[in-house]
This record gives sequence, structure tokens and C-alpha cells, in this order.
Amino acid sequence: MAPNGTTQNGIDEDIDYSDLEEKYQVQFDEGFDNVVVVDGVPVIDPSKAEKLLARISKEFSKKGAPVKPDDMFIPWDEQTGKSKGFIFVEFKNADDAAYAISAVHGHPFDSKHRFSLNRFTDIERYANLDETYVDPEPEPFVQKEHLRAFLADPQGRDQYLTYRGDEVEIHWHGKPSQSEVAYKRTNWTDLYASWSPLGTYLASLHRPGVRLWGGPSWSGVQRFAHPLVRLIDFSPNENYLATWSHDPIVVPEGAQQGPQYFSPEDEGNNIAVWDIKTGNLLRTFPSAYPEGEDGAKKQQMQWPALKWSPDDKYVARVTPAQQISVYELPGMGLVDKKSIKIEGVVDFEWCPLGDKDKEEDLKIATGKSNKKPRENMLAYWTPEVANQPARVTLLQFPSRAILRQKNLFNVSECKLYWQNQGDFLCVKVDRHTKTKKSIFCNLEIFMVREKDYPVEVVELKDTVTDFSWEPKGERFAIVSTSDPNYGNPAPGITIKTDVSFYGLERSKGNFKLLRTLPGRTSNTIRWSPKGRHVVLGTVGSTSKSELEFWDLDFNNDDISKREVHKDESGNGIQHLGTGDHYAVTDVEWDPSGRYLATSASAWRHTIENGYAIWDFRGQEIEKQILDRFKQLLWRPRPPTLLTKEQQRQIRRNLKEYSRQFDEEDAAEESNISAELIAQRKRLVDEWNAWRLRCKEEMGPERVRGPAAKLEQEDEDKEEIEVWVDEVIEQIEEEVAE
Amino acid sequence: MRPIKLMGHERSLTQVKFNKEGDLIFSVAKDSSASIWYSSNGERLGTLEGHMGTIWSIDVDSNTTLAATGSADMTIKLWQVSNGECVYTFDMPTPVRRIAFSPDNKKLLAVTDQVMGQIGTITVLNINNQELSNQSSEPALIIKTREDAKKVTIAGWSDNGEYIIAGHEDGYISKYNGKTGEFIQTVQAHGIHNEEKVLAVTDIQFAPEDKSYFITASKDKCSTLIDVESFEILKVYKADAPMNTAAITSVKDFVILGGGQEARNVTTTAESQGKFEARFYHKIFIDEIGRVKGHFGPLNTIAVHPEGTGYASGGEDGFIRLHFFDKSYFDFEFDAERTERAIAAGAT
Repeated sequence: MAPNGTTQNGIDEDIDYSDLEEKYQVQFDEGFDNVVVVDGVPVIDPSKAEKLLARISKEFSKKGAPVKPDDMFIPWDEQTGKSKGFIFVEFKNADDAAYAISAVHGHPFDSKHRFSLNRFTDIERYANLDETYVDPEPEPFVQKEHLRAFLADPQGRDQYLTYRGDEVEIHWHGKPSQSEVAYKRTNWTDLYASWSPLGTYLASLHRPGVRLWGGPSWSGVQRFAHPLVRLIDFSPNENYLATWSHDPIVVPEGAQQGPQYFSPEDEGNNIAVWDIKTGNLLRTFPSAYPEGEDGAKKQQMQWPALKWSPDDKYVARVTPAQQISVYELPGMGLVDKKSIKIEGVVDFEWCPLGDKDKEEDLKIATGKSNKKPRENMLAYWTPEVANQPARVTLLQFPSRAILRQKNLFNVSECKLYWQNQGDFLCVKVDRHTKTKKSIFCNLEIFMVREKDYPVEVVELKDTVTDFSWEPKGERFAIVSTSDPNYGNPAPGITIKTDVSFYGLERSKGNFKLLRTLPGRTSNTIRWSPKGRHVVLGTVGSTSKSELEFWDLDFNNDDISKREVHKDESGNGIQHLGTGDHYAVTDVEWDPSGRYLATSASAWRHTIENGYAIWDFRGQEIEKQILDRFKQLLWRPRPPTLLTKEQQRQIRRNLKEYSRQFDEEDAAEESNISAELIAQRKRLVDEWNAWRLRCKEEMGPERVRGPAAKLEQEDEDKEEIEVWVDEVIEQIEEEVAE
Repeated sequence: MRPIKLMGHERSLTQVKFNKEGDLIFSVAKDSSASIWYSSNGERLGTLEGHMGTIWSIDVDSNTTLAATGSADMTIKLWQVSNGECVYTFDMPTPVRRIAFSPDNKKLLAVTDQVMGQIGTITVLNINNQELSNQSSEPALIIKTREDAKKVTIAGWSDNGEYIIAGHEDGYISKYNGKTGEFIQTVQAHGIHNEEKVLAVTDIQFAPEDKSYFITASKDKCSTLIDVESFEILKVYKADAPMNTAAITSVKDFVILGGGQEARNVTTTAESQGKFEARFYHKIFIDEIGRVKGHFGPLNTIAVHPEGTGYASGGEDGFIRLHFFDKSYFDFEFDAERTERAIAAGAT
């Protein structure tokens, strides 16, 4: 098909290759890059020159930078006849010269002389340097955006993020009139989006790494170059970030260097820890897979692989069956240079800090209290190994003192659940009977705030599938099942479950069953972040998708009283409402505990993707069915800055506030409806005008057309009256006279 | 509003129609027999038997003397309504998807399918209203699908038979001269309001008052209102499921949309999730006003009573549901409409 050769040549000649030639031109060394000035050479007479050069040549060779004496040149002082104390050395090329500088520089020649090597070109440059000091231009101060500006919203609305298709949207959520899209951007993230735990940053994941965004204009705040990153985890106080990629780190040649980038030492690792404020890389780790080298890939990796202490002081990771390694932040050095060796350790959890602990810490930090700072605490468990019972241990850190240990028998699995204030630790122990045929469950509850850490045991006959503490509360809910289908997932089968609420009996100091809701299908418990309300959901089932809204303090309406004596009888447990979100995959409360969002994500299935927002009573407020809907995330809020006293004040004046809000609502409503009416009025006017124009355009004859026809028809119409005389029955009666 | 359930078809409905007076309902389904019903009580007047396959479409002339049916057996049959006899059969090259009498009853248009190597057409036949059994089998006009357009799925006559409006498989709507068949203009009505991929236009129905605008329904989950003369899209009604049919009501300024999840996906979802409801939208404000439940399959066809007193819907479930509106339907008014009426009353 190609045209003949001559024309091709012709084309060739026409093309201007100068740019390519320029680009690929071989650069010959033309300068003095390969010449090095060696200072600190003994001053000698010409007679000793040969000997000296031979000696120097030897010294250089020893260091791996061989030079021939011929390539060295000694400049002579013509007045004294002696050498000037430095020599020039010419190397084959600039690379050799650079190597010689690094190898020989500072080399002691003898007791009096020490070589100092410089590039010839450098000497020239430094000689020509402008000696006068010029003040560096100070960088103009740029006011950064307030990263928590969203908290200053005059209407006090919460935000949530939706990710659909390629589009990420940030919504304001308030009353229907106040709900609006605050910001949206296409292709904001490649994998998924994530809020930091206090809501300051939004993280997006891309091929080259993670980016953090924030402020009212959603500008980029920080970036972390971790190629092919898949998972991220923020530290609780948003100081640090851990990232994980399935692909081990590779540092290609010519990669950017610096504190924010991987260096060759990091190659082959999967996990990286970063400082969020500076963007610096702190340390990298290889992924730790649970035991079993062959099945390592098959077993699911634990994430978060690194667990942060609640005060951001330490980060720890577990090497299964061997040890827990705790690193201090931000130096990332192993604390006391040794790990905590625990044979068989499976999992551990840090004890969270309660509000009181945080206040205490703040007092200590500001010098208002001279109490000793509280040490961190962690809990871990070890399974039964070689004649040793399984064990749950509470450990203080950094003192490494064991606070409490409890032995357990016939354990097949343990799970650690801390109450969010760090008051209680519940260990859900799945135990097997001696025959190992059936499994039942024990809840071992450690009262962490009490002396000697007493342990309360709740024994259950069934398998517990979900456990959840009431935030800031003394109650918990469990989902248990005795369904024979449990553990054998089959399509169309929804496991029957029971949901039970337990509460602490203060007087006796044990946990009491408050109420059981039998014969449910719920498999998910979601406590409101403020406690009291709880939603039971059936998630991930193809046939059931019920949401039950419960109130646990229904009888105690007066909020101020509730704090004093909590209802311990369980009488206040009240069903508020039931909702149904078909094919729901995720259930999440908003930070205020007033609204609940449910979503059906396209990551799980493609039926009826979208989201719905409910109030705590189970009334549906909003429902959006959106194809390719992936994610809904409420923006977390940092803890309130108000003191206890101020909060109490607000609670006391709640009636006053609600009156104000009602007034605002009423004013707004009338405003809105006026707007809507005006808009509709405009539409009607437009429509009528258009109809009128239409009629005119159609011309009189047409307009008359149907009317004329009608008249005609009227004339044609003949009226038919039909009288139907139906004789149903005829009775003749003889009337006797 | 208690519906009358017309149970006579054995398979899914394809079209329902009222005659001009609204006393009769004509319905066709995939079970090859057409039915005629009294609209007042839902009693069946009779059936039209004779087709060998699915009947896709039915129409009745303005005098209710002739009914025409178009079928997948590649014929169009003319029926005498008074006695239900088939008076003539036209043989077509491919299955007939839609038929419609011209407003003067002198012509019948038929949309023939683009299958079996045949190009899809809109064929116009002359109808002899004097001697019913003596029809000319030669078409008066054949409008072939233009080369730059996708196949025609639906067509209808504008006022006085001036234009033929056709809907295409790719969401375009075209306008042809009703006498010469000359192509006038086209507009993309579907596939521009959202990102749906399936765009076929499923229904076109004209405004009952003067046929100067029409409503379209499409698989792209939208419905549009288009002006015949300017061919501008006036309104867009958005739904959350593919729409099979749309109708404009008289008396009240509403439109009714019908559809639902595709029949082939129905088994995978719960009934409440299939969206098998007739949806009422305000014609001018495009706000959804309400929904009427009842069918347990997608709605395939909706017809509004000529006097605006009710509507009939035919579903994939094989039933026709005939509704007569309650008083509250006629009383309902938007705030803006109320003021409008008050002003009008004041002016007169």
C-alpha cells in the first residue's frame, strides 16, 4: 500500500528534525567538571615532586579512585620555587571526579595534612560569589482558610458527602429548605472518599497517593505520595495518617527525594505512616499477615494494621502470635527499644479516652493540675496454647504493668469491644462445647473504672453476631441467633435473630437483661452517637430490609432528670417506628444523633442504588434513587468546646430556644411558599401566553374549525328517547267487597 | 377512586383507547384478540377475533364505525364496530407496531417494524369509508426511515392530518408533512435530560383540546411535552423508571405517565419496588402530584377519557384498570391556579 520510495524520501527531507536532534544530541564534556582541586597537600621542593605524586596516587587508589601521576599537576610559586600546597587532578570523567571527592575528601594524608577536595568549577564559582549579604525576600503571608469553617454555619447544619459515578458532592443537611449542595466536583477521587475523625479533612485516594482537602473552598491541603494506595487510617486527633497499598513500595531511579517521599530503604514495604501537618513520611512497614505463610494472601489482612493510642502518643501493631510493637509518635522509634513479647497474641485494642480523661489531660497540660498523667491502657487476648488457658489481659503502657488478667477456657474466638468512654471493656468470647460441635457465647465485661477491675460475666446460649455499646452509656445491645442456617449463607435465606438490650444495675454492679426482641431479622445495631436511640437494621439481605427505630428512655422525657437516675428496669424501651429501605447496605447516624442515613451502594449490588435520610423516629425525610451511587458519609464533628456548665444551661433553656426556632421556621415557610407561588404564577402566565399565541398562529379558520364542526354536529344530533317499560310482575288481586 | 378491573385479556396489554364519546374502550393485548368494553360499567361488548399474533395497536375512527388493528402477524385488519366483523385485511411486509386514523378518518397510518431485512416505514393507507369492504391495498404514501435516523417506534397525526409526528428508537422525534410525506424537522427529545442509555420513544399522545402539542414517553425515564409547530420541548417530566406511556388529561392540567421497571427485571424485585404506578404530574409546573397503585407489572398503555372524567391503564399483568376521578380530583388546585381562576372570574 505504501507509495513508492522516492516520494517517501521526499517527505523525509521535508521534515524538520532539528528539535529531535537537539533533544538527543550527545553532550560532550567540554568544561572542567572532571578536574578536582586537592588542597592540603604538603608544600615541597620540585625535587620531591615525583615522590609526592606517586604517594598521592597511591592514597587515591586505596580509596578506590585511581589516578595516574601524569594526570596530576602541581602549580609552582615562582618566587619561592616551592609548590603552592595544592594540586590539580584530572579524572577521566565528571562521575569519577565526583566519586573521588566523596571518597577522599577529608582524608588525612599525614599528621599535618588533610586533603580537601573541590571541583575546579566550584572554586571558580565560589570565588566569584557576591560577598554582600542580601536579605532573602520574606514570603508574603497567605491567610489559610479555616479548616473547620463548616462548624460556624449560622444554621448549625451538618454536612454529608455523597459519591456517585465520578461525582463527589458535599451537601448541607438541615430542614428541607436549608438542605443544599455546598460543593461538588467530578473525579474528585479515584477509589473512595473519607473524612478525618474530627471532620477537618476530606481524603481522596488516587493512583499516585492520598490528598487531603479542606476549608470552605475545598482546596488541597496536603498530599502523600503513596502510589496505588488502597486503605487509609487517620489517628484519632488527626495528627497522623497510615496508608496501605497492596503493591510493595518501589522507588524508581530518579524518583523525587525528600522527607515527603519514599527512599530506597522503604522498598518492599506496604504500610506508610505520615505526619499530616508537614506531609512528611515518618516510617514504613511491611504488611503483617495473620499466621500461616502459605495461606497468607488468602487470609484477610487486618485493617487498621496500625492502632493509634487515643492521645496520638503511640502507634502499635501486632505481629500475630509473637508480639505487640509500640512506637512513639512522631519519632516512630520503638518504645524502650523492645516490643512487648506475648506468645500467641492475636489481637489488641487501646482503651479510648473518656471526656473526663481528656479534661484531666488538658488540666495537666496547662499546669492546672499536678496529678500524674494517666497512662494509656491496652487490652489483648491470647488463645489456648500448649496447656495454657486463653487469656485476656489489661496492660498499662508505657509502664507495661499488667493490671488484670482473666483466664478463659474452651475459647474459639475473642473480640474486644471498648465502650467509647473507656469505662467498660466487653470481651465477646465464642466458646465451644467439649465436643466442639456447637458454639455459645460469653460476654466478659471488665469494669475498668473500678478498683481491681472486676469482671462481670453474661452467659448466653446462642451465638452472638453483633455487639454494640451505647455511646457514653452503661447499656449495650446484642444480636444473637440460634438459626441453623447461621454460617451457611444461601441466597434468599435471611437469618432469624433476637436482639437484646442489657444495662448496668448500679446497686448490684452487674449487667441485667432489660428486654429481648425475639424473631427479628436485624443483623446490625446502630446506636445514636448521643446514646438513647438505637436503630436495628437488616442489612445485606436480598429479601428483608427493615429498619427499626427504638428509644430506650421513652418514659424519661425530662432530659435534666434523666442524668440523675437512669431507668434500670427497661420499661422505657419503646418502639418508635419502622422503616424500609430496599437493598440497604449501609446505615449511619449523623453526628448530632437526630438523623439517620441509609444507603444502597453500587459497590455491593446494582439494585436501587441511592440513599435515604430518616429522623430518629423513623420518618423518611428524603429519598434519592441514583444509579451508580457509591457512598454517603456524614462529616464528623469535633467534640464540643462548651463546658459542662454551658451545656447544662442550654438544656435548661431548651424551651426558649425551640420557641425561637419555631418562629424562624414559620417566617421562612411563609417566605418560601410566597416564592413558590410566584414561580408557579409565572409558569401559568407563560403557558397561557403560549396557548394564546398558538391559537392566533393557527388562524381563525382553524380555531373556528372544531367549533363549527361542533355546531354542525349539534344540528345533526338527533335525540332519541327510549322508554323502557319493564313489567316485573303482575298480580291480580280480587278485592272482596 | 375505586377502579373497575377489566379482566378479559390473557396476556399483557399493548394499547387501550377510548372512542370519541368515551362510552367504549378498545383494548388489544399480546393474546391476539381485541376487546371492546363499555366504559360505564366495564362490561365487555365483544371481541374482535381473527389475528394470528400479538396485536400491537388499535384505533377507532371518530364516528366509531370502523376500528383498525395492527398486528405482529403482518396484517392490518379493519373491523366494523357495530357487529365486530372484519371487513378488510391489509397485508404488510413486516409486523405493524402502531396504527392511527387521521382526524378526517380518510387515512390510516401504520408503523411497520424494521425486521427481516426490511426497512422500517410509516405507511399511509387510504380508507374508503363508504364501502367498507372495498379498500385499495396500495398504500397512499410510504415514508421510509431516513438514513440518518434510527427506526421509527411510534407515530401519530397532528391536527387536521397536517403533520405526521414520529418517535425514533434513539430518542429523536421527527415531523413529516402529512400529505406529501416530506421530512420537515427533527429534535432530540430524550437522552439529554439524564445519562440513560436506552432511549426508545414508547408513546406519543396529542393534547385533547386542539392537538397543537403532544407528550412523548421514553425508556429514558423521562417524558416531554413538545409544541407541534415550533417543535420546541416545552416541559420535561422526570420519573425514576422507564416510561412506556404518557397521556394528557383534559379538564385538569395534568399529564399521566405509566411504566415501571422492565418486565424482564420484575422477578428480581419486590412488587413495591417495581414502580408500577400511574404517575400524575402537573402539566405546567412539572411537579409530581400523585400516584395510583394497582398494577403488579409495568404499565404499557394509558388512555384518558375524552371528557377528562377518568382514565384506563393497561399493564404487563394483563389487566385493564378503569378509573373515574373523584370529586377531590377536580377540586384540587394549586395556589397559583386558584388565583388565576379568581382573576379570570373577576375579569368576566
